[in-house]
Amino acid sequence: MQRKRTLAQQDMLVGFALILPSFLIILGISLQPILTTLYLSLFEVPRGINLQNTFIGLGNYISLLSEPIFWSSIGRTFYFTVISVGIELVLGLAIAQLIHAHPPGWQFLRTSLIIPWAVPTIVNGTMWRWIYNADYGALNGLLFQLGLIDKYIPWLTKPDVAMNLVILADIWHSVPFIALILQAALATLPADLEEAAAVDGATYFQYFWFIRLPLLRPAILVALIIRTVEAFRAFDIIYVITNGGPANGTVTISYLTYLEMFTFGHAGRGSALSFLISLVTLTLAFIYIRMLYRPEEKQ
Amino acid sequence: MKKILRIILLSSLVLLALLFIYLPVAWLVISSISSRSELLSTPIHWIPQQPTFQNYINILSPSQGTSEVAKTFRITLWNSLLVASSVTLIALTFGSIAAYALIRLRFRFRQTLLIGILGTRMIPEISLVIPLYLFATRFGLFNSPAILIITYLSFALPFAIWLMAAFFESIPVELEDAARIDGCNRLQTLWRIIMPISAPGLVSTGLFVFLTAWDEFFFALILTSTVSAKTVPVAIAEFTGRYVVDVGGMMTGGVLAAIPPVLLSLIFQRYIVSGLTAGAVKG
Amino acid sequence: MKSIRSMLFALIAIVLIASIVGCQPKQAAGPATIRVLTMEQAGPTVDEMNAIVAEFNEANPDIKVEIEYVAYDALHDKITTAMASNPPAYDVFLADDIWYAEFAKSGYVLDVTDRISKDTHDKIFAAAWDITTVSGKAYGMPWLLDEMYFFYNEDLLKQAGFDTPPATWEELIAQAKVMKEKGIVEYPMVWSWGQYEAAICDWVVLLYGNGGSLVDDKGAPAFNNETGVKTLNWMVQTIDDGYTNPASVSYVEEDVRNVFSQGKAAFAVNWNYMYDLVNFNTEESQVTGKIKMSLIPAFEGSGVKSASINGSMGFSVAATSANPDAAWKYVEFLTSESIQNKYSAHLLPMWSTSFEGENLTKLQGYTPANAVTVPMFNEQFPFAHVRPKVPYYPEASKSLQLALQEALTKQKTPEQALNDAAAKWVELAK
Repeated sequence: MQRKRTLAQQDMLVGFALILPSFLIILGISLQPILTTLYLSLFEVPRGINLQNTFIGLGNYISLLSEPIFWSSIGRTFYFTVISVGIELVLGLAIAQLIHAHPPGWQFLRTSLIIPWAVPTIVNGTMWRWIYNADYGALNGLLFQLGLIDKYIPWLTKPDVAMNLVILADIWHSVPFIALILQAALATLPADLEEAAAVDGATYFQYFWFIRLPLLRPAILVALIIRTVEAFRAFDIIYVITNGGPANGTVTISYLTYLEMFTFGHAGRGSALSFLISLVTLTLAFIYIRMLYRPEEKQ
Repeated sequence: MKKILRIILLSSLVLLALLFIYLPVAWLVISSISSRSELLSTPIHWIPQQPTFQNYINILSPSQGTSEVAKTFRITLWNSLLVASSVTLIALTFGSIAAYALIRLRFRFRQTLLIGILGTRMIPEISLVIPLYLFATRFGLFNSPAILIITYLSFALPFAIWLMAAFFESIPVELEDAARIDGCNRLQTLWRIIMPISAPGLVSTGLFVFLTAWDEFFFALILTSTVSAKTVPVAIAEFTGRYVVDVGGMMTGGVLAAIPPVLLSLIFQRYIVSGLTAGAVKG
Repeated sequence: MKSIRSMLFALIAIVLIASIVGCQPKQAAGPATIRVLTMEQAGPTVDEMNAIVAEFNEANPDIKVEIEYVAYDALHDKITTAMASNPPAYDVFLADDIWYAEFAKSGYVLDVTDRISKDTHDKIFAAAWDITTVSGKAYGMPWLLDEMYFFYNEDLLKQAGFDTPPATWEELIAQAKVMKEKGIVEYPMVWSWGQYEAAICDWVVLLYGNGGSLVDDKGAPAFNNETGVKTLNWMVQTIDDGYTNPASVSYVEEDVRNVFSQGKAAFAVNWNYMYDLVNFNTEESQVTGKIKMSLIPAFEGSGVKSASINGSMGFSVAATSANPDAAWKYVEFLTSESIQNKYSAHLLPMWSTSFEGENLTKLQGYTPANAVTVPMFNEQFPFAHVRPKVPYYPEASKSLQLALQEALTKQKTPEQALNDAAAKWVELAK
């Protein structure tokens, strides 16, 4: 008992020592801007030199929550996040499995996976904007030559179609991330498990569902959290492909934050929006953790 | 027979995945070597009739008449490389030891810390950029690679910690216990046992951090001003004028910007092999 | 354990205090350094800008000029962020017409009304002063005169049997109808009606060409009256009838140029830059040599001959600059008559004297495109309108963009959409 406590104390000491550098880096740089943002969110902040901020308490939050554009943007953001992250997870898991099965060409596939991820978002957006163009885009060109359409289609002129096409561009860019993370997680799994399963006569599906998936849970959790946070904050790709159009059809909550913060110069409202976004993403993260994170199983 | 079917099925899936990746990539490359008037032709010239490498020449060996963006592109590439690799090295070092501590050691606030670290990453950077800009000017860090490294770390580290934690978690505790019985202390265990096993995770996390830093646009836009710190995405954005968009230039920039991360992943590829784990467990 | 925790807190405290207190930036001693923020493709090339600085330094050896270039899209964000620090990171910056009211209200730009001599004032186009003037005060020197022009593909017109370009939108529709019937072109017109500022520019051209206006004399929104609704209805109708390329709803100026360069459209309204690229550059265009310009049409019975939009920019001095006098000296030099005339190969000067006599011959002679665009500028510029100089313009513009888009995508009737936008403008003006 005595020995155990000292071990715990020693762990505590080592633990803090190991965490301290990261902790300092993260807090040292993030804390002040985050607190500033929180502070500003309680004020009406006029843009200009030597102008006084007016304290309005939760005024920014209340007015935002009462505006239809806030709710429609939140709705679109959820749609964007659920569809893109959902498809990315399914596709990513499938590709990771595929690579793990080591079929012919798997090494080439894994190397190639980096490419969409390595193309800068701003180029990715511009590229897809050209691909989707109604009059000279590759999408219309391809579909037309394959005989799938008989007339060029103006893709980006309908709000829902435009949203789905932005999602497609995002998926292409981000699937590699999930695929590579899950593939690496698969690679760290003990190989003898697989052999044992084969000996027990489990079908592939049983093996996948009951053995492999639970082991992948931590990696899936982290990949999901990271992608959800990123999707919730997606801004560049929307800015480049549609600029929020047509008819606000692709205005997501982050895009709205950008407009408020920079274009309109409402630092108070922009900050409040930022905190609302953090609130939502943090809630989502908690839900994921509840659903997927079960450390007790390991002990 | 079943085996052959399996190989055919898997191979066609690989082909499908490759198509998904390479169709847009092919278009990216085609646009970078086509003149605008060829890009605008209907039906589309899938293979340019008069390919031009002018965009690449402009960037790789600029002459008098080329635009400022093309001239300085190589310098910004170097800045990006410096920033992204520094961020990656620091994030991996501090991130993995922090992740190890959070996963393996039991102490109070462990869970709170883990969630708290994640929480700092939830605020959209759009709202953090002005306070950070003021911070940078006050400390004379404006327009320096250092400010980019510091700010990128603040969002790369939390994710690096979470990612590494996920990988560490999948390593059986028994392995470590064995090492500790052999007389290794915590750090030695981490260095000798855990790190080699989690090499795939380390490499993937490194790639993630590197690419996050490589791709970051908005902070770099606001916090830098001249070629002494400008990064590639900011440079590429300058191919857009008020009305004119130099699409060929942008696509060329995109192709060139994608090469360093791909090369890096090729170099580190050999560490992402599954054999390591199996050997370690059995040994 | 307690000591560790207190040590930790101490460390955090130190980091926090350090980040809050910090050190104040040092004042530059010796020669003044002027930092300039502009964009590439804003008139003179980088080499020419450097040459101008060299000339400036001959007369002012004690003023060092450092020029920084960003993309147009980044310009506004960079300026507003830079103004958050004191002194700001830039002493001189290039600003777009539509930002001036906002910048003036925010105290970002130096009032230079008294620094401009009467002679200077009179020799520069009056419409150019509209750019940098807010409530009667000048906040900078105009720069890079630009406006929208009417472009047509003469070849397609001839195929349809027309020798002259349309003078009214009604005439244009009649010509478009023939083109469609003869199968010469599927969509005769292409516009930049995407959810961007470009849509507002096209809308100004059409609205003012119909005798309407964005705001009335008192600054209240006036675009939702009968004329406004009629104009927007016309836009929707041209898409329904197939006269306007339906993809216009997602397009900006560059898409218009691309479609026009394909030869897929017979008519377009766009900025000055398009002519050279479309008509003379075979790398960029498939219709070189076939493109002509003429006065932008207006609507019949509107009492208006033509309407265009003023899309120029201006160079201003940051109000909080540490060296406002040196900064202004540079701006004055950069925009001076002699420098403008000397370096006019890539820009349209705003001195009316540049469009006379020898200067005009020189200006027209730079490029084959200039031979056409320079006279065209003189013809069209009197019809150019500025967008309202209100500090909330960016937000007002967004709401109007939305209204146009909602009508064009049939989510609202033109009347409903414009009324909603007008209500927003009224709310913003409060």
